[in-house]
Amino acid sequence: MSAQGTFGEGGRKLPPTSVRGAARRGVAARPGREAIAAKGWLPAYKWLLLRRLSQLGILALFLAGPWFGLWIVKGNLSSSLTLGVLPLTDPFLLAQQLAAGHWPYREALLGGGIVLAFYLLFGGRLFCSWVCPVNMVTDAAAWLRRRLGLKGGKVPAGSTRYWLLGFVLVAAAATGSLAWEWVNPVSMLNRALIFGFGLAWGIVGGIFLYDLLIAPRGWCGHLCPQGAFYGLLGRATLVRVSADRRSACNDCMDCFAVCPEPQVIRPALKGVGQDHPLILDGDCTTCGRCVDVCGKDVFRITTRFNRSES
Amino acid sequence: MSDHHTSSQASAQSGAVPSSRRRFLKDAAGVAGGAGLLALGAGLYARQASALPATAIRPPGALAEADFLAACVRCGLCVRDCPYDTLKLARLGDGVATGTPYFEARKIACEMCDDIPCVAACPTGALDHGLKEIGKAKMGLAVLIDQENCLNFLGLRCDVCYRVCPVIDKAITLERIHNPRSDRHAMLLPTVHSEYCTGCGKCEKSCVLPGEAAIKVLPIKLAQGSKAEHYLRGWEEKKAAGESLIGKQVELPVRGLEGKAYGDTRVAPGEGPAAGEGAVPDYKPPSRPGGVDSGWKP
Repeated sequence: MSAQGTFGEGGRKLPPTSVRGAARRGVAARPGREAIAAKGWLPAYKWLLLRRLSQLGILALFLAGPWFGLWIVKGNLSSSLTLGVLPLTDPFLLAQQLAAGHWPYREALLGGGIVLAFYLLFGGRLFCSWVCPVNMVTDAAAWLRRRLGLKGGKVPAGSTRYWLLGFVLVAAAATGSLAWEWVNPVSMLNRALIFGFGLAWGIVGGIFLYDLLIAPRGWCGHLCPQGAFYGLLGRATLVRVSADRRSACNDCMDCFAVCPEPQVIRPALKGVGQDHPLILDGDCTTCGRCVDVCGKDVFRITTRFNRSES
Repeated sequence: MSDHHTSSQASAQSGAVPSSRRRFLKDAAGVAGGAGLLALGAGLYARQASALPATAIRPPGALAEADFLAACVRCGLCVRDCPYDTLKLARLGDGVATGTPYFEARKIACEMCDDIPCVAACPTGALDHGLKEIGKAKMGLAVLIDQENCLNFLGLRCDVCYRVCPVIDKAITLERIHNPRSDRHAMLLPTVHSEYCTGCGKCEKSCVLPGEAAIKVLPIKLAQGSKAEHYLRGWEEKKAAGESLIGKQVELPVRGLEGKAYGDTRVAPGEGPAAGEGAVPDYKPPSRPGGVDSGWKP
């Protein structure tokens, strides 16, 4: 924010931590160029490929049954049964259900507990970057936005999602039903991919266009109440990204350009308000894209206890 | 970013240091208002669209619709465990709450599995695990809704809905009745009994009419009226008490009907006041459609 003042029309000297400054210099259109040159193509896309593998693999597990008769996982991300024994239930749905006044069966509570424990331990928004199918849609919108060089837009405040999360629970209590699930794009896209689309294309397309034309990273980074829910779970999580070689940073801004939550990088990378290089913000999705695109190997994925710097 | 810009403009105009608390409140109000509007929209849409179409039947054991919409997490486990692909998950635009399970009897009816796998699969209790016998299911209620096109009502012996009913002779019976049109045949009218009908929809599925079925499974709320609790049904009370509640009545003879059972006031041709003296002028006995005392009551 303080950098804003020095950023003027036609200003040549752009502050090193301004995303828009980086975009101006034309770096942000293809972040990761330096990394590809320095590390090679595969290491520069390692975490992205692993994430796509995870996202598509989870979908494949759900689809192996209806497509090939291989019933490994039944159901969808809202609630599922793996190999006939392991129940998993989305705690965000359970929270809405409890708000709506329904106490579910033990299966759902147990499944919700397992999922809750996993994300509390390993990172709440791992769901967003490694599981949620909408991530592929909004990543595609962000990629296209960078390529087309689209700038500006009307971005809602990042805290909107937490308000929305609150109102989603209030709406569930007020209507006595899972009101948000009528429109929730996250569960809807996942369900649509597994059970058939109907008009769900409209909502998915709407999110893509919203992210592309109106608000950069608008849905996942500012509005989605489900992401906000998992963000709250991720406040004290074990797996974190660390900028442990931040002394090597050459201010190329590529990490800021690819990061879906760029505000989480600054405290760790530039030591703003903290002395250690860990990204502890619950909004960080641990997607590892900053690790990929950095030509100087500044970032790595580690635990929250590893405060070392090299 | 733009907030920062406008507030610095405002402070430049007023010449005062912008109150960070006021700005925070203003921003928070805007954000909360926007989020609230979005949630309100979703809530209103959910409320408005929660009316279930009459042809969409919930799986066996489903809670009452309002409770069902709080309990169902739209996971589709019931759909996966339905061996006959009867159940499907509503897609956006199907008119049923998005992601909730339902079936359309005319397309694929419920086969009424003994082990009720769909109910067993439900992790949340939207389908009540207390339902152990599929015969006790109340998915809906069959109603012979079109008496103008039903072949049995036209006097034919179709009987298909009766024959396919898994609870035959209990949920659907054929009630024999005189056919007033031919006056020499019977009509066997398929008649649904709500006590036994599970709403499986086999009757609707098998109705031989080319397009819409004459017999349809409807949600019970649509198919049935409320019971008039304030009316006592004399015959039921009498049966329960073992005798008439008002005791034995004095039976006074009725002149001209001495030979008949008490209370039988029907007059056959040839009976009644003779023409001539004392007769009502211009009186003609009512013409009966069948020519004989058929007992037919429309």
